[in-house]
Amino acid sequence: MLRTETLDINMGPQHPATHGVLRLVLSLDGERVVDLKPDIGYLHRGVEKLAEHEDYVQIEPLTDRLDYVAAMSENLGYVGAVEKLMGIEVPPRAQAVRVALAELQRVASHLVWLGTHGLDIGAMTIFFWCFREREQILDLFEGFCGARLTYNSLRIGGLQQDLPPGWVRKCRKFLEIYPARQDQYEELLSSNRIWIKRTKGVGVLSAAEAIDLGLTGPALRGSGVSFDLRKATPYTGYEKYAFEVPVGQAGDTYDRYLIRLEEMRQSISIVRQVLDSLPEGEVRGKVPKKIKPPKGEVFHMVEGPRGIQGFYLVSDGSERPYRCHFRAPSFVNLQALKKMCVGGMVADVVAIIGTLDIVLGDCDR
Amino acid sequence: MADTPDEKPSPPSGAGGTPPPGPPPAPPRKEAAPDPLKAEVPSVALDRLRTAHAEALAEVTYHSRQVSVRIAPASLLSVLRFLRDDEACRFDLLIDLCGVDWVAPPERFEVNYHLYSIPRGHFLRLKARFGEGEAAPSATSIWSTADWFEREIFDLFGLTFAGHPDLRRILLPEDWRGHPLRKEYPLAGYPDQHLRLR
Repeated sequence: MLRTETLDINMGPQHPATHGVLRLVLSLDGERVVDLKPDIGYLHRGVEKLAEHEDYVQIEPLTDRLDYVAAMSENLGYVGAVEKLMGIEVPPRAQAVRVALAELQRVASHLVWLGTHGLDIGAMTIFFWCFREREQILDLFEGFCGARLTYNSLRIGGLQQDLPPGWVRKCRKFLEIYPARQDQYEELLSSNRIWIKRTKGVGVLSAAEAIDLGLTGPALRGSGVSFDLRKATPYTGYEKYAFEVPVGQAGDTYDRYLIRLEEMRQSISIVRQVLDSLPEGEVRGKVPKKIKPPKGEVFHMVEGPRGIQGFYLVSDGSERPYRCHFRAPSFVNLQALKKMCVGGMVADVVAIIGTLDIVLGDCDR
Repeated sequence: MADTPDEKPSPPSGAGGTPPPGPPPAPPRKEAAPDPLKAEVPSVALDRLRTAHAEALAEVTYHSRQVSVRIAPASLLSVLRFLRDDEACRFDLLIDLCGVDWVAPPERFEVNYHLYSIPRGHFLRLKARFGEGEAAPSATSIWSTADWFEREIFDLFGLTFAGHPDLRRILLPEDWRGHPLRKEYPLAGYPDQHLRLR
């Protein structure tokens, strides 16, 4: 009689496919995953504690380093929270530019997702192609605020500065060449037999399970739930632009892949609409010299590329928040990993981590 | 400044034998303009709570067009379940669960539930306060996503959750001493916990 036992294997925290410092303790029965225990906190920097000791303007660079792949969304959510707390109006030009920057950020973030997801599964070419386009977006961001990854470029009440001359023209050039490039990505993967075999039916989550687990973003929409904050509770002027929110059906990795691809196309369309209708005017509203919100609290949410980024601020009337909590989409989405992986093969764990699109900076804070 | 028709202007000193009148009465206080940030907003969920669980409501506050409802800890789980299942509310998504340390006894820890209803589009914040040594009830039986949120609150504040399936630290190493988000925990940590490089 052959005796079998489950094997406990450690994956990470240094691992090329865990998208950061994530440790998973896998219990395997042969190649089947019997149990999965994520161990996070390797990138915990105590950002929420730090934020209690800094004033509201100093906290913005901290938000850059949460989800560093989508730093513009984090900035947008944070300054939006402070503006809500203080009742500050943002001028229309600033709102429009914020939409353009956030959508460019969504494309850049999804390009990282697509490249790394493909690379983990074994498709190397897609990684180089995605990062080629991402370079152009990062050039645009560098032209706007001087930074490629950690921007700190939105200010409470508007923007740090107006778009530099030539920025709109450069952005339009990028918008022109991008759709053909995305056609190339889809040609490479979407009907590729190996890709389909590795992603169809992998990591299936039903709508009820996804909502119960608190998933948001493409991970939730893949399971058929049409919920996008940009449509549900529009912020920073999103209601002015026409765009669609792709929703999946099967709740598997392949559907989430298609959703993010379509989101990239929709984002390009939104940026084009913004540039076509960019209002004139100032880029900074009326803001007091010292940011001292009245006593109160606010929870502001934005639709980041990974899901809902939430910012809970409690003000005690002073220059520093009494409590600053960041609701991290990666932290919540990672909780679903166990449910999606158990019962599947160990090779699918890599595909599922990729499809959840987590960033450990966001997860651990 | 409102006019006070009964008051005569005070005569110059030295005129006549009348004693100088006292200082004019203060003008009537202006009505404080209502603070738009604290304005009340209609909330279907709050109306339903007032009908179905009035005894559990401890305090309702408004800020920035958001409603915060403080709930008595004993009714917390039944109120949360009601908010999830009631047809008018349908708060199916627990967006966030976080803690705040208010330091002053007896109830220093505040737990905030941020709820969103995907079918109805409502948002609500629920609060409950717990003291040092008290255990909060775990919401994992209502939303699975509460699991890691509660572990994080336990890790960083030290508040335990009764009924949680696996309450242990999540962000910090399991042998860490102390709970950093408590206000008395120093920002730079305790020196004997710093990483020692051999």
